[in-house]
Amino acid sequence: MPAIVRWYLRTALVMFVLALTVGVVQNLNGTLPFISAALTPVYFHLLMVGWVTQFIMGVAIWMLPKYSMQKPRANESLSWAAFILLNGGLLLRAVSEPLNYGSPGMIWGWLLVFSAFLQWMAGLFFVINSWRRVKAR
Amino acid sequence: MPRLSVWTVRFSLIYLFLGFTFGALMLAQKGVPFAPWVWSLFPAHIDILLFGFVIQFAMGIAFWILPRYSGGSRGNETSFYITIGLLNLGIWIAALVGSFNLAGDWLAVGNTFKGIAALFFAVHAWGRIRHRQLTKPGER
Repeated sequence: MPAIVRWYLRTALVMFVLALTVGVVQNLNGTLPFISAALTPVYFHLLMVGWVTQFIMGVAIWMLPKYSMQKPRANESLSWAAFILLNGGLLLRAVSEPLNYGSPGMIWGWLLVFSAFLQWMAGLFFVINSWRRVKAR
Repeated sequence: MPRLSVWTVRFSLIYLFLGFTFGALMLAQKGVPFAPWVWSLFPAHIDILLFGFVIQFAMGIAFWILPRYSGGSRGNETSFYITIGLLNLGIWIAALVGSFNLAGDWLAVGNTFKGIAALFFAVHAWGRIRHRQLTKPGER
């Protein structure tokens, strides 16, 4: 299994555990009122983007038909960029969303916009690189 | 990769990009409000990513890699065409109904299409999910 695939899959596993931890914490906001209600979308996106989507991406990079013998995974730099952008954007969201909920209209709002851009770029890079490998034999 | 899987996986990649675009717009709106209408994309964001990307991707890959029948056949391709057609029709109906807040019955229609697609896919994949019978030399 290539290094890039291992990074995607292992990070997805870490996000899975992190998501469920956040899920438990956000369930406690009835008894612990200082826990932000904004953790609910954070929990859901850590699960669906960090775990499910990232795991699918990793398996796709591994399994899709080879682009060529010289470049089996097409442009691997794009996949690395997507990995960094996806996880960077997701973690930035996880931090800035609860803070923006508590103090709207400050720097946290712009960090949310930035995190949206990072994750969007990750999706774009992944789609561009995978598209070329999805071909009939 | 068979042509049907190529189209299914490519559809799912388009949905991934579309779903991420909608999600990015909503997240940006949450940070720095610029267009309240963006929130109307929420139902489409969920339907497109869950059914359009995750489920459709899994179906496309399953059609490709599940064990084939003798002679290399992947089973009834027409039923898989129907599966993908109904799934995508269901996704668009549910996404449009949710985003434009249309009459609730149309949501049931969209979800019915997705349900029938699931049934067709289950029937298609069921026969291909099996233990491979290994034959010894000389055996039939």
